[in-house]
Amino acid sequence: MIKQELCTVISQHQMANNIYEITLQGELVHEMIEPGQFVHLKVAEGYDPMLRRPISIAEILPDLSQFKMIYRAEGKGTVKLSEKKAGDRVDVLGPLGNGFPVKEAKKGDTALLVGGGIGVPPLYELSKQLVSQGVKVIHVLGFQSASAVFYEKKFTLLGETYTATADGRKGMKGFVTTVIDHYEIDFDILYSCGPTPMLKALENRYSHKNVYLSLEERMGCGIGACFACVSHTGDDPDGYSYKKVCSDGPVFKAGEVVL
Amino acid sequence: MSSLEISLPGLDLKNPVMPASGCFGFGREFSQLYDLSKLGAIMIKATTLEPRFGNPTPRVAETSAGMLNAIGLQNPGLDKVVNEELVWLEQFDVPIIANVAGSQEEDYIAVAKRISAAKNVHALELNISCPNVKTGGIAFGTIPETAKNLTKKVKEVSEVPVFVKLSPNVTNIVEMAKAVEDGGADGLTMINTLVGMRMDLKTGKPILANKTGGLSGPAIKPVALRMIYEVSQQVSLPIIGMGGVETAEDVIEYYYAGASAVAVGTANFVDPFVCPKIIDELPNLLKNLGFEHISECTGRSWKKHEKAAYYCS
Repeated sequence: MIKQELCTVISQHQMANNIYEITLQGELVHEMIEPGQFVHLKVAEGYDPMLRRPISIAEILPDLSQFKMIYRAEGKGTVKLSEKKAGDRVDVLGPLGNGFPVKEAKKGDTALLVGGGIGVPPLYELSKQLVSQGVKVIHVLGFQSASAVFYEKKFTLLGETYTATADGRKGMKGFVTTVIDHYEIDFDILYSCGPTPMLKALENRYSHKNVYLSLEERMGCGIGACFACVSHTGDDPDGYSYKKVCSDGPVFKAGEVVL
Repeated sequence: MSSLEISLPGLDLKNPVMPASGCFGFGREFSQLYDLSKLGAIMIKATTLEPRFGNPTPRVAETSAGMLNAIGLQNPGLDKVVNEELVWLEQFDVPIIANVAGSQEEDYIAVAKRISAAKNVHALELNISCPNVKTGGIAFGTIPETAKNLTKKVKEVSEVPVFVKLSPNVTNIVEMAKAVEDGGADGLTMINTLVGMRMDLKTGKPILANKTGGLSGPAIKPVALRMIYEVSQQVSLPIIGMGGVETAEDVIEYYYAGASAVAVGTANFVDPFVCPKIIDELPNLLKNLGFEHISECTGRSWKKHEKAAYYCS
């Protein structure tokens, strides 16, 4: 169920260049079930900025009533969020959207989790849940540069982890697909979150496989009422049928929507 | 009688607060959050004869104290709205104001005729002010004679009173208001969004795929207040005011300017519970300001008051 709550900041850490991890505490954590869901944050009172900011959930800690998010402080809203300190409050609306279907992976299956940049965070909670149900996970994480890399060790603790950077200063030089090809990685199911060109590349390569993609789009309300974040559906790419990224997604089966 | 109950053409409302068209879909999403029967009315998303996908994304861009949108009247079309959305809304004890849009006169007439016959549609909101579509929309709302004629045609077929939604993107809004009054409008809703733009620093291009969009939110409140102030003194139609309403105080300001009800738009995106909050806060605010009923506030900024008259003599 969607709730609105003033959550308390437990901690805030800079993880990489402009990348922050924030931990919030609140009762709405107990509504968070699926990895890949997101929350809509009002980072400051007043009008600067006025709208909420959608941020994905990186880790759910129900025992502590806490959850973590990792985000890039880039625009006005996320920079303000990065200035929050322990004890501060943040207005949270959530959890929102439909996340990654973890039950699609069966015990003993191999799941490939492919993340690009700030699309990496939701894969962490996903990986934790997959591992806990006996799925073998392989992570391929792509970043712009060595200074943008985060959570590499935490992913390594859950399963095989490969990194690619565009400049090659950390991990393999190239894209996530370079890594997958180099190590000839095979899998039963693929989950991915990251920039659209990356998602498109994966969708094209693995059209015969079980693939789930998490999309990003500019949002207004975050709950499906404003129609800001719609995509055409794959079976009717030029027609009237649509999916809303916020409330039908953000995770879709590959081919379900036009990327 | 509660201090908030009001009557407008076609509408007996338990309170004067309603979500604005386009900011509330057809209510389904918000019904997960609170009981829609709490609302004075619901202005549902613009309905066109055929389904519309709307504009490419990005469709929204933030601005200081406001936002730009260029959704492009996305909606499932008249059939689905009548057979599915309005039927679903029947479970709530709330009158519906159906926003009617089109790209040509015949479309408006066809939509108005059928949608006005729906059980829970108590009034129409004639959308002659959408700035985000290539044909129709605002084209009907910037030339007085065109607006008047369309109003007249829609009035002929509508089974419920017709409110006309005015565009602020005109030189003389009073002239537009008078024209639709001549055309037989039962009321006005104002204002729709102001046409604006924002640029992307990296690409050098407009952020919105549609290039321009409609500005809404607190940024446009002073413009809306001024226009309602002017129009309400020149026409005798009730006005549902909108533009940046997000508190009970804003509602009273709109009433002082000349409104008889208010709609809440963009604020629903910032705080999805804003409508019930305003409704809960209004009675106390009215009491503190010394009013017994909210209708006493309408046009207070320009009406001559009895007390003042007594004092002067």
